[in-house]
Amino acid sequence: MAFDIKYMLDVLREIIPYTPITLFLAIASMFLAGILGLGIALVKQFQIPVLEQIAAVYVSFFRSIPTIVELFLIYYGLPQIFPIFSKMEALSATILGLSLKNAAYLSEIFRAGLLSVDDGQMEACIGVGISKVYAYQHIILPQAFQNALPGMSNTFISLIKESSLAFTLGLVDLFAQAKLIASDSFRFFEAYLAVAAIFWVLVVVLTLLQQHLEAYMQRYR
Amino acid sequence: MLKITKLRKKFGDLEVLKGVDLTAEQGQVVAILGSSGSGKTTLLRCLNFLEIPEEGNIKIGDVSIDAQSYSSRELNLLRRQSAMVFQHYNLFRNRTCLQNVTESLLANKVMDRKNAEEYGIQLLRKVGLEDKKDVYPSKLSGGQQQRVSIARALAVKPRVILFDEPTSALDPELVAEVLNTIRAIAETHTTTMLIVTHEMNFAKEVADKVVFMEQGKILEEGTPGQIFRLPKNERTRQFLSRYLVPEYNI
Repeated sequence: MAFDIKYMLDVLREIIPYTPITLFLAIASMFLAGILGLGIALVKQFQIPVLEQIAAVYVSFFRSIPTIVELFLIYYGLPQIFPIFSKMEALSATILGLSLKNAAYLSEIFRAGLLSVDDGQMEACIGVGISKVYAYQHIILPQAFQNALPGMSNTFISLIKESSLAFTLGLVDLFAQAKLIASDSFRFFEAYLAVAAIFWVLVVVLTLLQQHLEAYMQRYR
Repeated sequence: MLKITKLRKKFGDLEVLKGVDLTAEQGQVVAILGSSGSGKTTLLRCLNFLEIPEEGNIKIGDVSIDAQSYSSRELNLLRRQSAMVFQHYNLFRNRTCLQNVTESLLANKVMDRKNAEEYGIQLLRKVGLEDKKDVYPSKLSGGQQQRVSIARALAVKPRVILFDEPTSALDPELVAEVLNTIRAIAETHTTTMLIVTHEMNFAKEVADKVVFMEQGKILEEGTPGQIFRLPKNERTRQFLSRYLVPEYNI
């Protein structure tokens, strides 16, 4: 069977409408992971007892297990122990799983960002009578965020790709749709190449956005 | 106005301040001299609790704090009595020059944004940097950054400004502009100033009172005339002779 470019374009047309699901999974997971990850980073930064130890175990666990194992654990495993989880949809399970995992990664990125802010910045705040809370909000965290931005972008790009694991929980995203189409026609190469092309374009666009954002954030360097 | 009593500070087993007593009157300029490791920077940093002293009492204006028992409210009050100028400037990197000056006013809701900005521009004019108001600190020379940080310190209308070796990190040719800025403020005698410095000639010229520190204690204090011309203590004399170039009269 020779490569059929026209067929590939047909597949492309059919699966493009599924990209919003991919993007939604990635954005929702990034948002939740960002909040949780920042929380963990601050717990470590301030060395809050008990929470700090819990955070260490959390990060160790979610950084170690393969994403697909984690998703199966949540979607197929949890309902067995806690029946309430049987009501959870594949979409929520994927977002939950990806958020939990990437919060672990992001917490380390945020922590490195916080550590890279010069101690003199906080001292200067105290030195002119600015409270620590205000200092974190307006001086420390914005600078930490800038330092964390390249790492955050990488995490987001990974998330976009990882979201294709949703199909293992039965969610029909663009990958799953391509697989359905291909199993009818047996033209797997064209179908999966179309999927690859979409991911490529997504990541290229994101990389461009990232560069613009970084250039903007670098204005005071 | 400023009264430090029996201040003690340890870093681990090392006693850096061994019971320091010091007073300064309103508007007085006090130069603190001493070799490195004598505790002069630590003394300054204890006054706004950047270093937390173990014992002693600090009184600035109407706020008095005892190192062994104080509330966080008292600590915040004490910190708002002073403003510090750092050796490495420590300007807020993500803020323009003007924002650096106004940040404390907005943080503590002393003024609204419009008034704060007007006042901030006034202060930048005072240090000769009005034209840099929208520039980020990274674009300025060390001397300019230090002058902005002086404006930032003035903005809080502190009872006392704490200068921690304000010219030590500067290229020699930039030292003069910063010293001139400090001198201009000193001459108004409105704000009390504590200046830790190695610029002996500057201290001699600007200070009302000179303090010599050695091994965590104040060894000698007096007017510049007393300390520089007739130091009582042998150690003070030794230290000064290394720094001061003899004066020649033609």
